[in-house]
Amino acid sequence: MSFAHRHLLGIEHLSPSDITAILDLAETYVELNRQPAKRADVLAGLTQINMFFEASTRTQASFELAGKRLGADVMNMAMQASSIKKGETLIDTAMTLNAMHPDLLVVRHPHSGAVDLLAQKVNCAVLNAGDGRHEHPTQALLDALTIRRAKGRLHRLNVAICGDIAHSRVARSNLILLGKMENRIRLIGPPTLVPAHFAEFGAEVHDDMHEGLKDVDVVMMLRLQKERMDGGFIPSEREYYHRYGLDSEKLALAKPDAIVMHPGPMNRGVEIDGTLADDINRSVIQDQVEMGVAVRMAAMELLARNLRGAA
Amino acid sequence: MSDILFTNARLIDPEAGTDAQGWLKVSDGHITTVGQGVPDGADAEVVDCRGKCLAPGIVDIGVKVCEPGERHKESYKSAGLAAAAGGVTTMVTRPDTDPTIDTPETLEFVTRRAQADTPVHVLPMAALTKGREGREMTEIGFLMDAGAVAFTDCDRVIANTKVFSRALTYARSCGALVIGHPQEPGLSNGAAATSGKFATLRGLPTVSPMAERMGLDRDIALLEMTGAKYHADQITTARALPALERAKRNGLDITAGTSIHHLTLNEFDVADYRTFFKVKPPLRAEDDRLAVVEAVRSGLIDIISSMHTPQDEESKRLPFEEAASGAVALETLLPAALRLYHSEQLDLPTLFRAMSLNPANRLGLECGRLSAGAPADLVLFDPDVPFVLDRFTLKSKSQNTPFDGQRMQGRVLATYVAGRNVYRRD
Repeated sequence: MSFAHRHLLGIEHLSPSDITAILDLAETYVELNRQPAKRADVLAGLTQINMFFEASTRTQASFELAGKRLGADVMNMAMQASSIKKGETLIDTAMTLNAMHPDLLVVRHPHSGAVDLLAQKVNCAVLNAGDGRHEHPTQALLDALTIRRAKGRLHRLNVAICGDIAHSRVARSNLILLGKMENRIRLIGPPTLVPAHFAEFGAEVHDDMHEGLKDVDVVMMLRLQKERMDGGFIPSEREYYHRYGLDSEKLALAKPDAIVMHPGPMNRGVEIDGTLADDINRSVIQDQVEMGVAVRMAAMELLARNLRGAA
Repeated sequence: MSDILFTNARLIDPEAGTDAQGWLKVSDGHITTVGQGVPDGADAEVVDCRGKCLAPGIVDIGVKVCEPGERHKESYKSAGLAAAAGGVTTMVTRPDTDPTIDTPETLEFVTRRAQADTPVHVLPMAALTKGREGREMTEIGFLMDAGAVAFTDCDRVIANTKVFSRALTYARSCGALVIGHPQEPGLSNGAAATSGKFATLRGLPTVSPMAERMGLDRDIALLEMTGAKYHADQITTARALPALERAKRNGLDITAGTSIHHLTLNEFDVADYRTFFKVKPPLRAEDDRLAVVEAVRSGLIDIISSMHTPQDEESKRLPFEEAASGAVALETLLPAALRLYHSEQLDLPTLFRAMSLNPANRLGLECGRLSAGAPADLVLFDPDVPFVLDRFTLKSKSQNTPFDGQRMQGRVLATYVAGRNVYRRD
């Protein structure tokens, strides 16, 4: 099994067989992570640095755990707090870290394209943990693994992605990944948050959630950022919940075995009904978190194989 | 000064719209005779053009020279060398420096620096409002006395319509040309790309092309109200063209320009967040580009400018949203424009009408033509010679060109300002 990429910057660069390779390897780590002894040593001796220029709890924890379980030396750097405040540019920060010879660099940044830029300047493998509104590849991969395990396949499914598509890197990466695997995608949300240009990617765009959810296999909800709720993009939280919040009544329009996903953190009562989110028969939100660690272990292992191959 | 006789030239005359073999004689810095056949060349220095093109030198409206304030990005000396190497014989400079050129004193500083260091003509523009803040108009009268040829707040739109209408009214009484940046500032705020499939894929904050039309519509309404003399710096979208056409038909004193980048590049050239392609307004869709090329051909868009904007590496080596806008273009203006000639979209007289004749006319200059009596501001170029652009060969202090590594065709061989040779390619 070969994985011919130096970095994991986005789903855009991956082929369907790359995606399948990551998911297949991740399956083995799902099993490992369920054992009492969770250690593997495929990253032993390697240094992983998590650079988060934007606050994150779950993604950072997931990457940290993934690295540690594979035996890497993991260091976390909270970048909002340090050099950026002192006026250092992104490139200088990258060069400085590069001089410390990390092997894996996990980066999140508030600007689209920033992780690509950084990857050009360092010698190690870079994993994009989310750049602006551009891509969040490991999220799309963990969503894919969750779907594949729940539905038994990752093709010919009707998938609805609902909410703030415009500002969402999760939506973009999922749109690209699910498109590459030949699924039918519907984007559902108010037109202020779902620009019509998305139709050019082959997705159906709906502003009526009832219409959009009909007969879908998978419902992916997105988080609505607080700063979008103030009348700029939508009139109010309660009107949003009424029209676009997922509850059991709206979910009844989907297929009877449709699953509900959310990348977290959730706003209960804004984009999703709390009871529905906790319904273990429909919601796979906790599975997504579990798959996240496994997918990140797989991605890092594949990149590390290339590092060792080059050395 | 001795006489110069240019023989065996392919004369590009934008006034007559001709492209024909001939000769041209220069005396005392002016063109004295233009003819065909055997020239009368007694005791003149003969320049054999070997069949290459001789055209009126380019008048480039909207060049940013970074003096005062950021001389490390571009000085009058480096800009002058770049202009001469690019066939630009008149640079009309922008006031968006630091500090802003908004008083006769700063304008005089600029004029003095330009005279000392620059081999080509420099005509400065001044800000329309103090500090380009859109609140109070500048001393338009004094600034004109000091040599300001036009008034502009550059890429900052005067959002307060009352302030802008008063400035236009006052400018009209002085006979001043106002250069506007047609853009609806609310819509374009924070944008880094044109809305469309590309920006959607890249996750960049966007502006609808409609913002340009809205800005132009407003400015046109204010022209109807005030009767001012107005030039739109850059028209880059198809949607804005009908409004421009109507305004011209209704007899308003309006002209429009566009930039060489919007004529020759589109949104997809940004590719993987290449910040050298970040300009303001952003590069547009291919349909818009083609519409703008056609508007230059028909004459609806009058002027092509370089919109030369030097930025150092630090300003560009940033995530796309944070990176500075603008590209250097004094030296690449002509080779890039020749792409439109080689693709048979625009002929050479049309290109020089937009780069030399029309800008000269708009500013009331005598240059920009190849007729007897006009100043001998000339560019001799080979339209066909191919080369690959290496940005580090540019004479500008900043080398932020989107054409780096690209194949170009056509190169300046020599440039003359008032009959004096200011550049010759070895």
